[in-house]
Amino acid sequence: MTSYLVKRLLSVLPTLLLVSMLIFGLQQLLPGDPAKILAGEEQDPNVVAYLTAKLHLDEPLPVRYGYWIAGVVQGDLGESVRTQLPVLSLILQKLPVTAELAFLAMCVAIVIGIPAGIASAVGRGTVWDYAANVFALWGLSTPNFWLGILMIMLFSVHLGWLPASGFVSPKEDLLGNLASMAMPAFVLGNAIAAVLMRHTRSAMLQVMQSDYVRTARAKGLDERTVILKHALRNALTPIITLGALEFGTLLSGAVLTEQVFTIPGFGKLILDAVFNRDYAVVQGVVLFTATTYIMLNLMADMAYFWVNPRLRK
Amino acid sequence: MSQSLSYTAWLRLQRRPSALIGLAVVIAFILMAIFAPYISPQDPIATSWGAIRKAPSAAHWFGTDEIGRDVLSRVIWGTQASLMAGVISVSISLLIGVPIGLLAGFVGGAVDAIISRITDAFLACPFLILAIALAAFLGPSLTNAMVAIGISAAPIFVRLTRGQVIQIKVEDYVEAARSVGNPPWRIALVHILPNILPPLLVQATLAIAAAVIAEASLSFLGLGQQPPAPSWGSMLNTAKNYIEQAPWMAIWPGISIFLLVLSFNLFGDGLRDALDPRQR
Repeated sequence: MTSYLVKRLLSVLPTLLLVSMLIFGLQQLLPGDPAKILAGEEQDPNVVAYLTAKLHLDEPLPVRYGYWIAGVVQGDLGESVRTQLPVLSLILQKLPVTAELAFLAMCVAIVIGIPAGIASAVGRGTVWDYAANVFALWGLSTPNFWLGILMIMLFSVHLGWLPASGFVSPKEDLLGNLASMAMPAFVLGNAIAAVLMRHTRSAMLQVMQSDYVRTARAKGLDERTVILKHALRNALTPIITLGALEFGTLLSGAVLTEQVFTIPGFGKLILDAVFNRDYAVVQGVVLFTATTYIMLNLMADMAYFWVNPRLRK
Repeated sequence: MSQSLSYTAWLRLQRRPSALIGLAVVIAFILMAIFAPYISPQDPIATSWGAIRKAPSAAHWFGTDEIGRDVLSRVIWGTQASLMAGVISVSISLLIGVPIGLLAGFVGGAVDAIISRITDAFLACPFLILAIALAAFLGPSLTNAMVAIGISAAPIFVRLTRGQVIQIKVEDYVEAARSVGNPPWRIALVHILPNILPPLLVQATLAIAAAVIAEASLSFLGLGQQPPAPSWGSMLNTAKNYIEQAPWMAIWPGISIFLLVLSFNLFGDGLRDALDPRQR
């Protein structure tokens, strides 16, 4: 087991290296001289010369990558041209907000998706199965920014129950924070709940046909124990792995959700950077997101061992 | 795909009403996009200061927007952007992904290892975040959004094609083709490629649904279709500022995205069931 985990850890390194090359390569897509683009409309020659020297634009591409990656390894993702602040500090400033949104959305997805998947598999062919499948199709086909707008219409404009936008820090007012995050978390969790429901359903259907579930039933165990203790525990392995892949959807969806509900998180940071042509921030956010995604997948692999004792042997 | 397989798949598809409904709605949207100039009641970019944010009425079935443009006409014309984005970006993904995946799976060894690592690197970047970054560096426009979505989705096709080729290349008929002296390129293109088309077709159909949402998302963020040209995503972006005053502005473009994506998903699911060898 240890050798597998070490191998798995080491396999992350080349992926991270290639991701960094890919993200660095994005800068090459800029039409023309990046220094002139970053210098703004006036294109003051002194500013252009300063930026060329600062960004090593007069050096060959591999050398520039070397400078960049050396900085990244030391936690230096560059500097925002707009705020003059280090990109990493900007990311760390916004991270708690997006992390809270992602965590709450994942909770919503798990609370809805897994029970719906179990109900659908256990009651295959019944109205529960039909309803769960309709829910999954709805979740997969609804753009989350539209769902956000619809929820604002209902819960903020018509009923006046929840705030339409904005973010309240949990340190200031915990209830206010939960109220401001309720709709965004549901909107973001909805699509992931649909995917989790489908994974849970197919994993449960497969497990329910296995010999050990048949044996558990033959022993006279009640159906609840058979499903929750014997079937679900084994079905969890593929659900965890496939669920971990949904972190990408979560991070992508967060950009849109934060835009709809005016939440000052990662999404706002990357969009502000995009429209201000603050390319170092765009690169930094993409690199940070990709690294987080890779690490979460690694953690999901580790969780595999935790839920499946057979793999530990 | 052989003719008999296509026919069998079609028969199977006919037994799935949801897939047929999906196909019918997709065709309806395609017709709407083609005939937009003829069925659109008004010019989609013509403003009318006397008809700002008017609720749905006989004159404007879906109401008007913040500068008096007819929402129904904009929804009809917006179909073009969404369908074009779906089809063109998935075509870009196929054009990039299939040859690379074919090469990786067929040649194997170091070539496969290098391609697989690069694919992993692309897949490690969340789809929409990568598309946003690409669209940001390329500049905001519908064309660049399609390129960005196409490039971001290509690794999925590389991985799928590679996996299918690895399975198929050890089949007896491929061995037979090799033993009679066919060159590698001919084996790959004539004997392997046609046999991996069914899963690619299913994935492409489902990828169009994802691309439609991605284009709407990029347009919603201001990185896709630029104003005043109509796009469902950009219509929703504007509508979110008028939720209280003009809710109809947000209803119709959203329903259109939902219906088109749902239809592609239903059709794709049905196609998968019809073409799945395990169901034969």
